Amino acid sequence: MDIAQNILLTIMTAATPLLIAAIGELVVERSGVLNLGVEGMMVIGAVCGFAATILSGSPWIGMLAAIVAGAVASLLFGVLTLSLAANQVATGLSLTLLGLGLSGMIGESFVGSAGIKLASLDIPVLSDIPLIGRLIFGQDPIFYMSLILTGGVAWFLFRTRAGLTLRAIGDNHASAHALGINVLKIRYLAVMFGGACAGLAGAHLSLVYTPQWVENMTAGRGWIALALVVFASWRPWRVLGGAYLFGAVSIGQLHAQALGIGIPSQFLSALPYVATIVVLVIISRDRRLTLMNTPASLGQAFVPDR
Amino acid sequence: MRIELQKRPTPSALYAVLSPFIALGLTLIAGAIMFTILGKNPVDALYSFFIEPLTEVWSIHELTVKAAPLILIAVGLSVCYRSNNWNIGAEGQFIMGGILGSLVPILMPGFQSWLTLPLMLLLGMAGGAAWGAIPAFLKTRFNTNEILVSLMLVYTAQLFLDWLARGVLRDPNGNNFPGSIRFPSAAQLPEIMPSQGSAHYGIFLAIIAAVIIWFMLSFTLNGFQVRVLGANPRAGRFAGFSQTRMTYFAFLLSGGLAGLAGIAEVSGAIGQLRETISPGYGFTAIIVAFLGRLSPLGAIAAGFMLALTYLGGEAAQMTLGISDKVGRVFQGLLLFFVLGCDTLINYQVRLVLRKAAPAAGGQG
Repeated sequence: MDIAQNILLTIMTAATPLLIAAIGELVVERSGVLNLGVEGMMVIGAVCGFAATILSGSPWIGMLAAIVAGAVASLLFGVLTLSLAANQVATGLSLTLLGLGLSGMIGESFVGSAGIKLASLDIPVLSDIPLIGRLIFGQDPIFYMSLILTGGVAWFLFRTRAGLTLRAIGDNHASAHALGINVLKIRYLAVMFGGACAGLAGAHLSLVYTPQWVENMTAGRGWIALALVVFASWRPWRVLGGAYLFGAVSIGQLHAQALGIGIPSQFLSALPYVATIVVLVIISRDRRLTLMNTPASLGQAFVPDR
Repeated sequence: MRIELQKRPTPSALYAVLSPFIALGLTLIAGAIMFTILGKNPVDALYSFFIEPLTEVWSIHELTVKAAPLILIAVGLSVCYRSNNWNIGAEGQFIMGGILGSLVPILMPGFQSWLTLPLMLLLGMAGGAAWGAIPAFLKTRFNTNEILVSLMLVYTAQLFLDWLARGVLRDPNGNNFPGSIRFPSAAQLPEIMPSQGSAHYGIFLAIIAAVIIWFMLSFTLNGFQVRVLGANPRAGRFAGFSQTRMTYFAFLLSGGLAGLAGIAEVSGAIGQLRETISPGYGFTAIIVAFLGRLSPLGAIAAGFMLALTYLGGEAAQMTLGISDKVGRVFQGLLLFFVLGCDTLINYQVRLVLRKAAPAAGGQG
């Protein structure tokens, strides 16, 4: 039982950064903006979180720094795509490239430093429940935040008026504008929420998953998070399922590598990336269904006429 | 404070020419600020970053070595992006081209004739095109997002190359170091002036490719289709142009050129197949394509500019003792500013410092 519990625990830890980054991007895309800079914001969050932790001695301050850094990075994207109506695909890419370069530069002096792990937070009584207690109530704080974020975003999008407004903008920004909704303001807020989430996801990598700084330590997770949003048809709880599925794939391949089952390690390492492609193909095969689920204004610039 | 955009009746020809230069200027200013924060004299730093590499013959040779792959890839990407096909996996296509082309000297080291090199280059193009065909196939057949697929294929290609270079293609006499045998001279893209520096004939391949693709875009029906389908897919469909064919064309072309760049790099600059063969050329070429305003001829100038950021990063590390990652930061900043400045072409940009009077809201 203990082994199974440990494996489940590692799967949940591997899934958490994917889940947080994807939930943030889901809100951004629901507002009609496609930010391909998730990888860049995530890696900036990871390095800023790590650096702030080392400098202040507190991983909590590190976590806050990561959130702020992610949001600031997303603001750069916002100014270009929202205020200057620049191409969202290209701008998102440039945010990723800039993030990878900047994080390498900031992190250079921290390579090899011993990090401080964000301690897990056992919830009293509940964490003593047999079997599931340790899994759900004996985790790190960012894990709890990932669940709260998922539930919160699901509630916000589908149970509140503001959520309805956000989805309306994503489906038809011209109509929303005509109704007197400030399209750009809400999109700015959504983009910054996505950035903050990506930053937090990065902090999970450098403060919980592997408490150290390694260059490019996100290793494509930001891109997988983007794929998860498509996989989940822009629905929060499905993102959760997808994230755990991917967590299972990446942990499964690590265990297979450790067991030495005769398949070269590089092939096993490629598994999450190949799985992403396969899943994307399956989910987008039905053109009609995809069209129905995709926010209709996704990726289109909006310039208010006055 | 907010920014107001007013659509121009026609795109500004002036800003179409000026915007890359404005972006360069802004990047330099941002760079000066960055160097100041790092505690360096910004003038000295910018000099050693952007000018010093141009003052020595050998480093100009280095510049062309780095510009060649960037231009080759960016020319293909320009066609891709113009036709609204988002191939961001050129890095993977570059690697697969390098692998497939290298099979000739590695598996048949005895085959040394004037045919060796052309065969390698052709196989390189085929490898890149085949890797690029995957996202094109999945996009046209299953409606799958080509951005994510092409990117995932980068990681896959990197791992595949790592496996080959450490495993089946490793030099058996290489003391267990990763990497293939060194290519015989018939399999190496020759250097132009071996006595002076390392520049190889890849740069000519790049310039020839740029001119051919420029001609194709400007004067042929195929080029017209690229432009129409990119600017207005609906109009393209009414004209009877096939979106599916265009997607294949764009991905096969950009993949093929990236693959050619890959084998040219392996056989011209490296001389053997290693576990990594690219310092991110496939991604930097995206910046080159945009800085060149998605024109193949523009890509030539932009390719040299971005090659300079690679050299400048190395120079900054040596003379100033700051990280060579600075080069990467400059590349990212440059793309940001280029995209921002392109807004000037289609819009008049006004900074509004105070909130507009509410009465103005109903007009227009």
